[in-house]
Amino acid sequence: MTFAMILAPALDPPVVLDMHAPDGFLSVPVALLLWLVAIVAVAVSVNRAGRSLDERAVPLMGVTAAFIFAAQMINFPVVGGTSGHMLGAVLAAVLLGPWAGTLVMASVIAVQALLFGDGGLLAMGANIVNMGVIGTMGGYAIYRSLCTLFRGEERGRLPAAAIAAWSAVMLGAAATSVELAVSGASPLAVVLPAMLGTHALIGIGEALITVGALALIASVRPDLLRLRDAGPGTRAAFEASRP
Amino acid sequence: MIRRYWWIGGLLIAAAVVIILAPLASSDPDGLERVAIDKGFIEQGQGAPFELLPDYSVPFLGDGTISLIVAGLVGVVLLFGAMWLLGRFLSSRTRPTD
Repeated sequence: MTFAMILAPALDPPVVLDMHAPDGFLSVPVALLLWLVAIVAVAVSVNRAGRSLDERAVPLMGVTAAFIFAAQMINFPVVGGTSGHMLGAVLAAVLLGPWAGTLVMASVIAVQALLFGDGGLLAMGANIVNMGVIGTMGGYAIYRSLCTLFRGEERGRLPAAAIAAWSAVMLGAAATSVELAVSGASPLAVVLPAMLGTHALIGIGEALITVGALALIASVRPDLLRLRDAGPGTRAAFEASRP
Repeated sequence: MIRRYWWIGGLLIAAAVVIILAPLASSDPDGLERVAIDKGFIEQGQGAPFELLPDYSVPFLGDGTISLIVAGLVGVVLLFGAMWLLGRFLSSRTRPTD
């Protein structure tokens, strides 16, 4: 804290930190509460994925995590000297389901914080919740609802994923704004419109990359899109096992 | 072979993103940083207590393009391996429903 406080005013323009929330933006109680939420989400995900993950989905889990990590390195410019990068939470959830998807996002964020100094350690819980859990669980719920609206996942996959991906970015930005406001970093009336404004544009990039990746998989290896529901203990397996 | 080892192609795509696109990535502040700068709380941010590959670079390779690419590839391979182990562990716990 002291180091950054002494150093930061001396450097102009401000030190460009890393891409994810560093330590210090959020108050300690808020950061600890979000760590608790993240731990519960990961524990539930380990439990649920452990009941339903198909063996054939294991390489898909690896490739999804590797791709999301790589894609998050690519900051693309949006307006006004601002950049954004992919989250990938909806992509992970569409491919792997919300449980394995949450584990992929949490792992990416943990590696970024532990190895690359990208995102704080105290803030890691918040980053997992805002960029992972909200997108994998919330974004996936939106995705499935939209698929129903678009009469089935086969037909509705790409438009549903586009809207869910954009929404996940906006929900994550809104959650971050509330956390910053509660932490006293900036009033909600100031930080929320600013965060939603920039992330509305970043979300368009997120939607394009998510749709591009899903369209590529659908055209090259559509069978990979069925691994999510293939495992024992899933509804598909349960219904198949009935006489 | 191709159907079974498709993941090698997937890994190559992730590697290509790092090799081709990472050096072109924008260094402008991202969404949260932009808001933190504009709204005056950027100074509250603290640097990481430790960084093995700080800012996506390998210390002994300096901070050029090669360093960035190597750091990125380390992350890609590490995450793939970690997820493979976790996935194997989780799917081995899977029990068929009766």
